[in-house]
Amino acid sequence: MATHSEAQVWQSARLATGLSRRSAVLIALLIALIGMFCLVLAVGSVSVPLEDVLRALLGQATSQPAYATIVTQFRMPRALTALLAGAALAVGGVQMQTLFRNPLTDPFVLGISAGASLGVALVVLAVGTTGATVLVGIGLLGDFGLAAAASVGAALMLSLVLGVAQRARSVLSLLIVGLMLGYAVSAMVSLLLYFSVPERIQAYVNWTFGSFGGVTWRQLPILAPIIGVGLALSLALIKPLNALLLGEAYAQSMGIDLRRARIGVILSTSLLAGAVTAFCGPIGFLGIAVPHISRILIRTADHRWLLPTAMLLGALIAMLADLVAQVPGRQIILPLNAITALIGAPIVLLIVLSQRRLRDAFSA
Amino acid sequence: MSQTILTAQRLTVGYRTGRRSPKVVLHDLTLQLERGTLVCLLGQNGAGKSTLMRTLAAVQKPLAGTVCVGAEDIHRLPISRLARLISIVLTERAQTSLLSVYELVALGRLPYTDWTGRLSAADRAIVEWALESVGATALAERPISELSDGERQKVMIGRALAQETPLIFLDEPTAFLDLPRRVEIMALLRRLAHRTGRAVLLSTHDLDLALRSADRIWLLDGEGGLQAGAPEDLVLNGAFARTFASEGVAFDVTSGTFKLCAEVKGALDVQGNGLRAFWTQRALERAGFVISEQAADIVQVTESSWHWHGASYSSLEALITALRSKNADSA
Repeated sequence: MATHSEAQVWQSARLATGLSRRSAVLIALLIALIGMFCLVLAVGSVSVPLEDVLRALLGQATSQPAYATIVTQFRMPRALTALLAGAALAVGGVQMQTLFRNPLTDPFVLGISAGASLGVALVVLAVGTTGATVLVGIGLLGDFGLAAAASVGAALMLSLVLGVAQRARSVLSLLIVGLMLGYAVSAMVSLLLYFSVPERIQAYVNWTFGSFGGVTWRQLPILAPIIGVGLALSLALIKPLNALLLGEAYAQSMGIDLRRARIGVILSTSLLAGAVTAFCGPIGFLGIAVPHISRILIRTADHRWLLPTAMLLGALIAMLADLVAQVPGRQIILPLNAITALIGAPIVLLIVLSQRRLRDAFSA
Repeated sequence: MSQTILTAQRLTVGYRTGRRSPKVVLHDLTLQLERGTLVCLLGQNGAGKSTLMRTLAAVQKPLAGTVCVGAEDIHRLPISRLARLISIVLTERAQTSLLSVYELVALGRLPYTDWTGRLSAADRAIVEWALESVGATALAERPISELSDGERQKVMIGRALAQETPLIFLDEPTAFLDLPRRVEIMALLRRLAHRTGRAVLLSTHDLDLALRSADRIWLLDGEGGLQAGAPEDLVLNGAFARTFASEGVAFDVTSGTFKLCAEVKGALDVQGNGLRAFWTQRALERAGFVISEQAADIVQVTESSWHWHGASYSSLEALITALRSKNADSA
């Protein structure tokens, strides 16, 4: 009996340290996020002293009047967008990887971003082909033009995928349908590109590079609530997501309504991925990498811990990528998509290769 | 107080395939599962073991008949209620994932927790009890990806226990395990059934083990029928021998095991005694010889060697090789 109670004491001690490690990771991420947020506001083509950043945030006068404008009008919406988009893509990635039990899936696997691309391609490449400039075509729709076109495309794709999800027997067929729809849409975009003119193609390609800079204070009130709803929905799905870790058969035996869980997960992910793609372009890598890094940090796939961790980490990495893409002190801006992959891929490789077992690191 | 937990009445199971007439796998079964019993479902591949299990677990609708727990037809219950009646353990390995054993077993509490899955003190006590019941308390903090197959199966059984259902269904829980582990898992399931009063139904190919551990056996005859009874009754009434009769294999009623019947190569008389004579007999039977005291051909077993036809052999392998070559010559 002595050994037995010892084992229990040991176990509760281990449990306690496990919990505190996870909490510590969350707290560290939160602090890093706040720091990063201030840094993103301060650094850019013009650097603003941190003091002035804080003054601008508090609505006080800054040492140079321009600083306040730079911080509140330009950098603030950009930082908020990066924060929202990073959290959204990370959570979308977690949900897809759990639903499909596949470590290589990302929020775009259902073809949502392909739908958005088609919307944008139609507007940029096809609308007003007789018009003088590309700007006329986009200008007709105002500054919401691209976002609106992408949203319509993503929404159409979403309804298609949801329709399939209602009928599909296995989640695998859903995955295949998503992939095929994605290919079909990409083919249409290719055709549009083929028959288009260079300036329009350039405009489309610019969109595919991805950017957090296109979202203004006028657009944030649309982007933020959609992402808020998507994130809230994912938190409401914690229990089904945890059950799905054991596979659909076990989940069902534990009382999870598979159809409802599937629709919920797809709806949440589509809102998140669709909104981000519509307003920022198709931003790759974050959605596939952040979930893995999060799991390794907290050493569990339990979504009660995984979802908050992925949100914070996704937001952090998105802001970091944006910071690098703006090349502080220079007037150039690099394509965001290139940066997310360039800084993300080595991080993932490092972490994964340092894992004792590769298999563990890459399992959902 | 009634001991019966689950009753199947005039149950016909099978598949509906499109508009064609349904494919009947098992026909008109009447079955009962009682508290505190371990029932093994046996049958050859394709006899309908998994179809029956799926139907009893309400994963699949029956073609006809009902499956009731108490007065309620399980195929009409919402799955949230079902989750409190039936828990399952599947053959497929739970995907390796970053879950600890404790977290995995705690998932068994899902039907009882709030929307976040937060465990109450009572839930924790049950999880700890489940871990202890399957002897996995010391594994609690280990990631499931680091477990051996046997440990993993124990933990999955622990998860089913934590779900606190009167019925536990297991699909070939001993597949992929080595013999000691198979015996261990069967003994565990038997103990759990008897001690916790749960009805445990498992499908298996492990006839020998099933005969030794099951309280009841459900034997699928491969023709749509099912015979239920105590293992020994099924042996004595010849149901076992009939079900598994096939070429080259025979059910030996005296030992309760299966024997390979090789082509008979000849008759031999083994002279000698003790352990060496016993294993000599086994070896010669395996090689296809009938052992009989009336046989003219004699193998003598001594302390260090074997004698046959005037020659001496230092191992059974050498003896069998010699017997075979002589057999081939005469053929």
